[in-house]
Amino acid sequence: MLITYSALLGSIELGMIYAILALGVFISFRTLNMPDLTVDGSIVTGMAISAVICSHGMNPFLAVIGAAVGGAIAGAITGFLHTKLKMQAILAGILVMLGSYSINLRIMGKTPNIPLTKSRTIYKIADEILPPKYAGIIMGLVFLVVVIVLLYLFLQTRLGLVFRATGDNEDMVKASAVSCDAMKLMGFALSNGLVGLAGGMLAQNQAFADINSGVGMMVIGLASVILGEVVFGSKTLLRRLIAASGGAILYRILMAQALYLGMESTDMKLVSAVIVAVALTLGLLGEKGAKITKKRAKKTGGASNE
Amino acid sequence: MSNLLEIKNIKKVFGEGTVNEKLALNDINLELKGGDFVTVIGNNGAGKSTLLNCIAGVYSVDEGSVILDGKDITKQPEHKRATNIGRVFQDPLKGTAFDMTIEQNLAIAYYKNKPRGLQIGITKKDRDFFRERLQLLEMGLEDKMTQKVKLLSGGQRQALTLFMAVIAEPKLLLLDEHTAALDPAASAKVLELTKKFADHSDMATLMITHNMEDALHYGNRTILMKSGQIAMQLEGEERAHMTVEKLIEKFSITSDRMLL
Repeated sequence: MLITYSALLGSIELGMIYAILALGVFISFRTLNMPDLTVDGSIVTGMAISAVICSHGMNPFLAVIGAAVGGAIAGAITGFLHTKLKMQAILAGILVMLGSYSINLRIMGKTPNIPLTKSRTIYKIADEILPPKYAGIIMGLVFLVVVIVLLYLFLQTRLGLVFRATGDNEDMVKASAVSCDAMKLMGFALSNGLVGLAGGMLAQNQAFADINSGVGMMVIGLASVILGEVVFGSKTLLRRLIAASGGAILYRILMAQALYLGMESTDMKLVSAVIVAVALTLGLLGEKGAKITKKRAKKTGGASNE
Repeated sequence: MSNLLEIKNIKKVFGEGTVNEKLALNDINLELKGGDFVTVIGNNGAGKSTLLNCIAGVYSVDEGSVILDGKDITKQPEHKRATNIGRVFQDPLKGTAFDMTIEQNLAIAYYKNKPRGLQIGITKKDRDFFRERLQLLEMGLEDKMTQKVKLLSGGQRQALTLFMAVIAEPKLLLLDEHTAALDPAASAKVLELTKKFADHSDMATLMITHNMEDALHYGNRTILMKSGQIAMQLEGEERAHMTVEKLIEKFSITSDRMLL
């Protein structure tokens, strides 16, 4: 009862795009240690910008770059609300998510849906120059590899190292003469820039942009990150980046499988939420389990001393 | 020789206008020259940590000014001041990024007053330099540079934090009971390292301690704080002949914790 080969390829193709979303969520959730709900808005910003540029007949590669910039701006606004106006990160994200709905609608020219069936997209270009069966996957893979390599290199630069320390220990970052606010602002922008990029690619891949497609995207990204950590591990930085991407691809395959087995597509959001809840609980149980075994070890150690 | 650190008439009030109003620092004046190693003692609530936090920029002062190396830094934010100030806190967890490696932590501290852009985070040259300097700690950390900091013991971590605080050659080193959370052996080790690093003519050191023995043994000057003021400064001959017993007698110190 496994999904067909072509359905598998389709899931992987989509997974490449969601992998970039997952990397964006990874930046805010894991590196900055802050859940960021801007994602549900910034991904639509990316889709909207990408769709508008494509539908005007402009270069589709320019469209995905524009999508990334749009997402980054949304993230920077969240970062500004959080760092300069001292709002809780989660509330700042919710506000931007809500506000961006109107902005996105304006970008789309006040129509809730832009079809791209007749426009040139990066996926149509891929179909022309690559074997059609794998064209989408290869195109997605190229983007994903470039993103992972750039991210990996960036996180090892002088700036990247302090950025990573920000989620670990803010006092230490301040003591190292770096403004935590600047790091967080940059992190939110970078994170949502990746999310916007994913949105831009997604719109071109599915050949439409829809104003309501952002709902639950942050949770899907989170589910991918956690799934990736459980399945692929989190030992080194490169491994963590690849794990988040792999988690996203795995997530798409699991979803396709569930649909194939007869689940309603409308129930998928519940499945995402349950996956995240279960994965987070398992992590919690893991920590508790470690504590209990430690206590036991202490007890037996104490007993032997007596 | 001119003063490296000048504190002029600093005043700090917490909760002004409320029932909890507390005058934490009351007209503090203090001058430190290069090479000075000043130990600070006093009861809980005497204002020792507040003084250090006001110098470091964690709190802004209500009155007075802080001048470091001839520059008025009173209005500078914490992270700006940090370019010339190294700090070690009591909590060994506070000074390092625990999920990063020793060399990454060192690199972050090392590039404190250099531009931070997209340069390679740790070059081979940096690594060799770190390895060579880490030998000063005599803890074998030079062989564990790619290990995550969370695997180190409290003593190792505090020694590393101290090392990170001085690696970028700051003008001022602020130590807030940095050995209080360590066991006696580790504490002695970190204090010896402190002495070694503080012996630098371009840097001044301020160390808060609850251990009066240490306060008199280390450094070249001791100040005692009481209710937000400097109650006494000891140096030279007088300090050399001072004992813990005489100090207690003279200043009727009540806290048992200070006798430890």
